[in-house]
Parts: sequence; C-alpha cells; structure tokens
Amino acid sequence: MVETSNEIVNMKSICKSFLGVQALENVDFNLYKGEIHALVGENGAGKTTLIKVLTGVEQPDFGEITINQQKTVIRSPQHAQTLGISTVYQEVNLCPHLSVAENILIGREPHKFGFIDKRAMNDMAREILQGLGVDLDVTQTLGACSVAVQQMAAIARALEISSAKVLVLDEPTSSLDAHETEQLFGVIRRLKSEGVAIIFITHFLNQIYEVADRITVLRNGKLVGTYDVKSLSRLELITKMIGRSLVEYDEMVNLKKESRQFIKTEPWLDANQLGRFGSVEPFTLDLRAGEVVGLAGLLGSGRTEVAQLLFGIDNPTSGSLWIDGKEVKEHSPLKSIEYGVALCPEDRKNEGIISELTVRENIILAMQAGLGWFKYIRIQEQYEIADKYIKLLNIATPFADQPVKNLSGGNQQKVILARWLATNPRLLILDEPTRGIDVGAKAEIQKLVLSLAQEGKSCVFISSELEEVQRTSHRVVVMREQKKVAEFTDESDEKIMQAIAGSSL
Amino acid sequence: MIQQAKRILMRHGTLLLTFLVFVLVYYVGSKLYPTMQKPQVFFNLFINDASLLLVSIGMTLVIISGGIDLSVGGVIALTSVASAALLRASVNPFIVIPLMIVIGVALGALMGWIIQDLKVQPFIATLMGLFFARGMAYIISLTSVSIKDPFYKTLALTPIYLPFFPKTYIYATTLVGPIMLLVVIYLSFFSRFGRTIYAIGSNEQSAVLMGLPVRRTKIMVYAFSGLCSALGGIVFSMSLLAGYGQFASGMELDSIAAVVIGGTALTGGVGNVLGTLFGVLIHGTIVSVLQFNGTLSSWWTRIGVGLLTLIAIGIQSVFYIRQKRS
Repeated sequence: MVETSNEIVNMKSICKSFLGVQALENVDFNLYKGEIHALVGENGAGKTTLIKVLTGVEQPDFGEITINQQKTVIRSPQHAQTLGISTVYQEVNLCPHLSVAENILIGREPHKFGFIDKRAMNDMAREILQGLGVDLDVTQTLGACSVAVQQMAAIARALEISSAKVLVLDEPTSSLDAHETEQLFGVIRRLKSEGVAIIFITHFLNQIYEVADRITVLRNGKLVGTYDVKSLSRLELITKMIGRSLVEYDEMVNLKKESRQFIKTEPWLDANQLGRFGSVEPFTLDLRAGEVVGLAGLLGSGRTEVAQLLFGIDNPTSGSLWIDGKEVKEHSPLKSIEYGVALCPEDRKNEGIISELTVRENIILAMQAGLGWFKYIRIQEQYEIADKYIKLLNIATPFADQPVKNLSGGNQQKVILARWLATNPRLLILDEPTRGIDVGAKAEIQKLVLSLAQEGKSCVFISSELEEVQRTSHRVVVMREQKKVAEFTDESDEKIMQAIAGSSL
Repeated sequence: MIQQAKRILMRHGTLLLTFLVFVLVYYVGSKLYPTMQKPQVFFNLFINDASLLLVSIGMTLVIISGGIDLSVGGVIALTSVASAALLRASVNPFIVIPLMIVIGVALGALMGWIIQDLKVQPFIATLMGLFFARGMAYIISLTSVSIKDPFYKTLALTPIYLPFFPKTYIYATTLVGPIMLLVVIYLSFFSRFGRTIYAIGSNEQSAVLMGLPVRRTKIMVYAFSGLCSALGGIVFSMSLLAGYGQFASGMELDSIAAVVIGGTALTGGVGNVLGTLFGVLIHGTIVSVLQFNGTLSSWWTRIGVGLLTLIAIGIQSVFYIRQKRS
C-alpha cells in the first residue's frame, strides 16, 4: 500500500512503567509522511505516555524508535525538536505578554542596524500565518487572543522553528468552537498536503472521522490496533476502546445476582431534572438503598459533572435534589458529607490525596471535616480507624504513618476509598476508581462496591470501562454529550454500546 | 478610529497614567508653592535623584524578568566607600571608576548565578547580596570617608548651564541616568536580549520550551542591575564627595516603588522603563513639595509614595482584568 520509505516514525514494542504500574506494554506505533493519524484511548490508556516517549520527555524502559529509517534515542524535548518533532499542547506554551508575531519569531527576529526590525518581523509573521491560511493582527498581545489564535501561533512557531516533519497536537479542539475547529482542520489539511505528518490526540470521535486517515487505539497501556478510519465504523471503534475484554469474573456475576434482593423499593435520593448550564443537561435520577447505579459513557460525556452536582461541588442552575423527601437547599461538599454523600474524585492526585500527609491523616480527613474543628478525633481512635481500613481494603503500606505520596496509584485509591468509607456514607460516588490500577486491585474494588451495596449503601459507579460498569451495577445510565440518553437494567453490550455511540453509527 | 485610540490606550494605559500623575503632583505642588514653578526645580529632580534613577532602571529589567534585586542600596554603599578609600590611597580615579563597575557587575552576576543555577529565590539571594555589600562597606570603613580627589571634585562642583533655560544648570553626573535610560529603552524594545527578558517574565517555562537562552539572560539581567547599582554608587559618591556604609539605606524600596508606580508589574512580563522615569520623578516631586512646605516631616514622602504604589498596583490589576476579559 505505502512504501516503507514514506514512513517517518516507527516505534516498536515500547514499554514504560511508573511506580509499578505499566503505563505502556509492548506498544507499536508508526507514522507516514503526510498522514493525519489519530491517537485515542480513555484516560490512563497510555496516549500521553506514548507521546512523551516520542517527544523525548520520557525514556522508554524497553523498545526501539526509528526516525526516518534511522534508529534513534530521543534524549530530550530539545533533541526531539532538532529531529523535526514538534508538539503543541493543550495549554499553549507561549508567552502571553508578547505579541503574536514575537511569539512566533522570538529568538530569530530580523534585525536592522542592530535594532530589531519590528516591521519586518510583523510582515514575516503575517506571511507565515497566511501560509497556514490564517489572517489576523500579529501585533496583538497573545494573551488577549482567543485560545484558537494562540494555538495557531503555537503551531506556526513549531513549524517555523524546527521545520517540523512531525506535528503532535494534544487535544487541540478542547477549547475551540465549531468555526475555530474548522479553521484548525483547514490548517491541518494544508500541512498534510505539504508532507507533514500529524498525530492528533482527541476524544471527539466525530472529528476523527472528519479529518484523520488512520487511528491507533490504546487501552490500559496496550495497543488494541491501528486501523484505516474509512474501514472502521463508529460502533466498532467504541467497542475497541471500551468494550469487553477477555478476563472473566464469574463470581462477581453471582454476587450481583444475590445482592439484588437487598435493594429497597423506595428511592431515598431523587435528582429531579437537575442540571447545570454549560456543564450537564437536566437529568432525572433516583437511588435506592442497596443499589449500584453505573454511569457509562465516553470522556467528556458529562459523567463527572453529574457526580459533582450530586456531591454539591457545583450548584445546579435548574431542577432540584431531594434527600429523604426533603429538598436540598444548600449545595456544598460539607453539607453533602452531613447528608451521607461521599465522592471519590476522578483526579486522584489533585483532588483526592493530600500527598504530604500520612495514610492515617488522609483516611480520617473527611470524618474530621464532618465533626468540625473542635471535636478532634483522639489519636488512638485515628490509628484504630486507619488500621481497620488498611486491613479491610488490603492497603499495601508498612505502617499507617507512611506519607501517602509514596504509595502506588492503586493503594492511593484505596486510601481515598477508606477515607469516605470511614464517614459511613449512605451514597458513595466513585469516579473512575479503577483507573491506572493493576488488575488485582481493580477486582478487589469492584467486589467491595457490591458488598457495600449488600450492607444497604447506595453507589454511583462511574467508569470508562463498560464491562466494569456492567459487572458492578444493577442499573446502567448512559451519558452522551452532557445528556442522559438511556437507562438500562441487564441489557446486552450492544444495546449499551449503541446508546454510547449515538444514532450515527 | 475610536477602536485604534482604545487600543493604544489599553496598551500604554499605565504609562499614560503615570505621566498624568506626575504632571498632576507637579502642578499641585507648583500651585501651592509658586517657587516650584522655576525650571531649576524640575532639573533638580534629576540632580537629586540621579542614583535612584540609575538603580531603578536596572531594577526595571530585573522585575520585568520576574525577579527582584534587593541589593542595590548595599552596592551603592559598597562602591561609594570602596572608591573613597581607594581615592584616599591616591589611586587614579580612571582606575577606580572602572573597578567599581567591575565589582557591581561581578556581584550582580554572582547573585544571578545563585538564583539561576542554585535555584535560590531572587528575594533571598539579593537580600544576602544586600547584607554582604553593606557589611563589606562597613568593614572597609566604619565612618564616612571624604573624597578629595580633584577629578571627582571638578565633576561634582562644576555646573553645566542648560541652553534654553536661563540660570538653570545640571552636573555631569546628572547625565548618566538619562543616558542609561536611552540604553535600556533600546535594550528592552529593540534587542533580542530585552525581548527575552520580557518572555522570561511572561512565562519562564514557555520561554525555555521555546528555545530561548533563559539561563544566560537571567544571569545577565542581574549583572546589568549590578552595573546600574555601581554607576549609582559612583554618582552618589561624586555628588556627596564621600563614601559611607550608611548611604542609600532603603533605596531598594524606593526604587521598587518607582518601578511599580511606573507601571511595571511585580509579576513580570509587563513594564516600561520610561514609566520608571516618571516613577522616580514623582518620588522627587513629593520630596520637593515637602521640602518647600518645610514643616511636615520628610517621612511623609514614604507615606505618599506608599499610597501611590498601592494605587498603581490597583490600576494595574484593573487593566489586567480588562485585558483578560477582552
């Protein structure tokens, strides 16, 4: 089909692990000149790590990289640039106080008699941008421009500086509106026609179908496959991203069957057309004691936003939340703790653990918050609680006073889980609790959720792994594009997958 | 048309404002004390604040780069005492003056290196520089050392009469500040070095990723500030014909205030050395007004400058927020 001399990047059997978690396992990736290659996978799939390896930010533990038919070791980001590999990140890495022209050309400005020739610089910058099909005022301060413009400037500089042969765009459209996205696509197509190879990381599947030639799907650090976009339907793509994998969990199926009998008939929590402008459309959701409700859907579909509304992090702009028949007037995490609602957030590192504190301190944190400043939990009691949960959840730590930042991701997740279990919640909302965790710990957590349900607790289980959601939940709610689109009880994979994918398959 | 005017206003708003404040304070002063209307009073601002102007010019570049230099007063004291002591030992002034400049640049470069390679906070590193410089000054001499060198005396006491203003004069040392001002205007707007300073102050991490010579530039900025401080010390010692460890005590604070009032943000990336000029002139004007009053304590200067600095920062924030919104 395509001669190998056209291949510009070849990565073979790339392996990379952090703190015992395998971020990339035997991943192959290749790139041809003039192709637009999409890289997809849910968070934790390994996309970012793969790109960091390609751009010299990280060194692979194992594997071979070939650039332009030459075996290479990419030592640093600077080295990657000299090889012609440029990256434009989501947070644009330019200087907001300088003008657009300066950002593009600083370090290589044209001079006249020892003075920077501003006019020539502006003209040059204007020309470069026009070469990308973009026309704008280059004398404007970059910070005053929209993200779309800033991205254009970043792309322009990337191409200028390293006469880039490979351009990596990391989630470029997240902050762009439809028109700006079209402009960006115009630029990308132009670059493609000039032979630049483009790696396009995105979670917007429509955009992939609009502009990409090939697509590589990663999942849990492994390569699922590389496909021609034309011959892959949307449903097939989604199946590859989040569909059923090969591991069986028979005992969980039985556990789930048994636990159904404990579900109470009357709901105690009722979200009535609860919504937040710009975040998630009004949805209705009720919860019963002993029930696990799964939230399925792709990244960006609004699941975390639902969790944030239920836990009181966000104030709703429409609808109401009822607990035990009484309307919730004040929305705040503290009030939620008092009502018995707990949330294990998605971003464990930034929103979950307090990395400098010890395991014990992290575990009793929410409990203490609920009690306030003056009812301090005695040290003895703190140790008892900590030890109880270390044992219960099998947290691998030599002692309770270990700083939590030293624990592996899976164990950190368990610490956060312990924190909320210690508050004895009625509702436990888990947002991607098994992400970046080894298989063994994943199974433990899923079993734990079902056993909590049996004790009479309710649980909202959010995960991108569809089979996980199905395995653990009594009911599955599907979110798509910030809207609740379906609710299933014991449905087949296809039905749920279709709901996630949407009408255009 | 209006759009154009609006844009110019947004971009140079703070500079215009500083200029207007200066004009306002000067105008009010001259109305209260008619003697202030004499042109000599205006030029006295340049004569009296010659060192402050020099030091503030260097400080402007440092603050634009996102750092700060607290050592300036100490370097003035050190260079004043060192030169006085050397001159007293009959060393040729044409050796003394370059030597002081070397000391200033070396000390600045050293602090820059400590800040950049040893990753010490600029505040701490230059504070240590201040202690070191002032300490050294006192070690050289605990008491004031007078300068009797004829070259110094000539420069200090010979007035240069100005062409268009009758009976108005300045001194040779007064010219050093404005000359440095022109140099820094060139550097900050027309040289790669200056633009890199702005880039570093705007987003240092980005500047590194963009391939700019961040390390070299940062060390050079502090060396340059050291140069300005040394020049300030030479001018100071020339004007007072003495060297003393107590000189320029607290001048770093006045200089930072002048820079901020001039529209340079302490957060870096934004600033104009021309604004610093007006900041220094405003400082001098307040001092003059108080001197003409004669009854109020001179400490009211500090209060006045403090208030203006606060207002300046407040206005900077407003402009910053407005810019972000648009």
